[in-house]
Amino acid sequence: MARFAVRRLANMIFVLFAISVITFLIFNVIPSGDPALRIAGRQSNEVTRAQVREDFGFNDPVYVQYLRMMEQTISGDLISYSNRVNVREELVRGIPATASLVIGAAVIWLFFGVLFGVLSALYAGRAPDRLLTVLAMVGISLPVFWVGALLLYYLTFKVTLFPAGGYVPLTEDPASWFSHLILPWFALSLVFIGFYSRLLRSNMLDVMNEDYVRTARAKGLSERRVLVRHVMRNALIPIATLFGLDFALAFGSGAILTESVFGLQGVGQYVADSVGNLDLPPIMGTTLYAAFFVVFFSAIVDIVYARLDPRVRLNP
Amino acid sequence: MPDPSTEYSFDPAAEVAEREVGEPPGLGPWRLAARRLRRNRVALGFLALFFLIVALCLAAPLYADHVAGIGPSDNNLTGKVERGGEQRDVVTPDGTPIGPGFGKEYLLGADANGRDVAVRLLYGGRNSLFVGFMSALITTLIATALGLIAGYFRGKTDLATRTLFDILWSFPVLLFAIALGTALAVGGLDLGPIHIAGNSIWIPTLVIGFVLIPYLGRPIRGQVLSLREKEFVQAAEASGMGPWRIIFGELLPNLSSTIIVFTTLIVANNIILEAGLSFLGAGIQPPAPSWGNLIANGVDRLVTAPHLAIVPGLAIVLTVLSLNVFGDGLRDALDPRAKLRLRA
Repeated sequence: MARFAVRRLANMIFVLFAISVITFLIFNVIPSGDPALRIAGRQSNEVTRAQVREDFGFNDPVYVQYLRMMEQTISGDLISYSNRVNVREELVRGIPATASLVIGAAVIWLFFGVLFGVLSALYAGRAPDRLLTVLAMVGISLPVFWVGALLLYYLTFKVTLFPAGGYVPLTEDPASWFSHLILPWFALSLVFIGFYSRLLRSNMLDVMNEDYVRTARAKGLSERRVLVRHVMRNALIPIATLFGLDFALAFGSGAILTESVFGLQGVGQYVADSVGNLDLPPIMGTTLYAAFFVVFFSAIVDIVYARLDPRVRLNP
Repeated sequence: MPDPSTEYSFDPAAEVAEREVGEPPGLGPWRLAARRLRRNRVALGFLALFFLIVALCLAAPLYADHVAGIGPSDNNLTGKVERGGEQRDVVTPDGTPIGPGFGKEYLLGADANGRDVAVRLLYGGRNSLFVGFMSALITTLIATALGLIAGYFRGKTDLATRTLFDILWSFPVLLFAIALGTALAVGGLDLGPIHIAGNSIWIPTLVIGFVLIPYLGRPIRGQVLSLREKEFVQAAEASGMGPWRIIFGELLPNLSSTIIVFTTLIVANNIILEAGLSFLGAGIQPPAPSWGNLIANGVDRLVTAPHLAIVPGLAIVLTVLSLNVFGDGLRDALDPRAKLRLRA
């Protein structure tokens, strides 16, 4: 375990390092990426831009610039080129909205994904399974921003059931926080419910054919106990690992489309805005932030996986 | 055939084997899969739907010239169109475009510039399908090659490939695709002698193709690692086959069902991903239509002209659904126990 932790940590640091280098290089070599123009503004003349380049050290060798940016990233002093705002503060400002969206949606998609998956497997081949399969296939085929836009149109404009987008902090008004998040939760979790229920269904059908399930039945366990203790316990393992990764992706910035459609001022929205400006410091900050979640949760998932399934050994 | 001049030329076992060559009893795996697939009416129905959509999109110029009579980028702010016997403005003076209705022109309505939505939908479909297919092809080719090489050679090669997968995997897919898409959309991309213009359809294609490599590369590598221990690889090695011949001649055919199923599903996945990118302004660049940027365009006008967002969205859903259902059937037919999953 200790060996695993050390190697995994080294791997995490290396991956994050590589990602920062690649991001830095890409946005340094692209022709439109002149940061001096961004800082000085489009109307600036060449003299001001030269001054800006000198002041900000854009004339230094690339590795010096990279090291400076990394130093700022780690110390939290990273400042946007275009509007001179601190990147970390902006990221932190977005976290409550993103966390509310992603955690809420995760609870919903896990609950319904598992429920529908179990029902599908129990009624495999019969009407409930067919219905749920159709729903799941449609669910995974829906573009989230389109669903979001339609929900907004029909449920806030045509029929005023919900508020039309935006985010209200939980601490300010819990009821309003909830009503503002219902539609985004629904839109974001749809696809995941589809995937999870399909995956769980096929896992359960596989497990139900295992010898140990027959043994459990043969030794006289109740059907309920067989299902919960033997079938579910094994069929849920892949779901658990998948959930870790999906959650990390969504938390990192994967909910960008949902946030953008519903105007939740979260991390994803910040990413979309800063990326649209080709503003390197926020892109660097948010990329590393998002990558960190993925790398970190991958390690957690591996540990949890080894815990849940004793046949698996931790193998960095 | 052994050379008859060598002293080993007489080999009774080989003689017997040669006599028995021919169709083995029973059906081969491909025939079995084809039979299972033929019985799956739902999957075949959706495959037909998919082909229909592709055919319609390919016929976009015919539709534009002979039915609608208007090109995908032709504005028509002052024109009239006949609806139910009366002449109506294509775009009313207050800027509301006409909705869907029966007639050759503006079958699916007009957009705010008076462009024919049906024509743009078909042209947009060509772009969306192109990105979906080509990016899936890029992912499949690179990921298969890397997975095969890593799994076969193991050791340092495997470590390097795995690290590459780790890095690509940890890049936030959407964020990275948007960042690259936006960056390249302004300046274009120079790859040695090849210059790709900023508004080229190849930019979202390459971006999507690259970021998804680990999603296929990892399962392929895992499969190769276990296939590599099987007797047929040992036999191939013992018979003096070189590593490349083993990789492409022996291992690759064993991965074909994984690859086929994955490619089908990833085309669907990439069509949605492209739509998301275009929605955020980082995919196919206007005025070229794509289903994604048609939706983005329509979302701004949901209140006055909901058909602008609904129509291209339905096109995406139908296309992706048909691919997903067919892919599911294909997986059941090829390998009922395969565990493949992807997401973006």
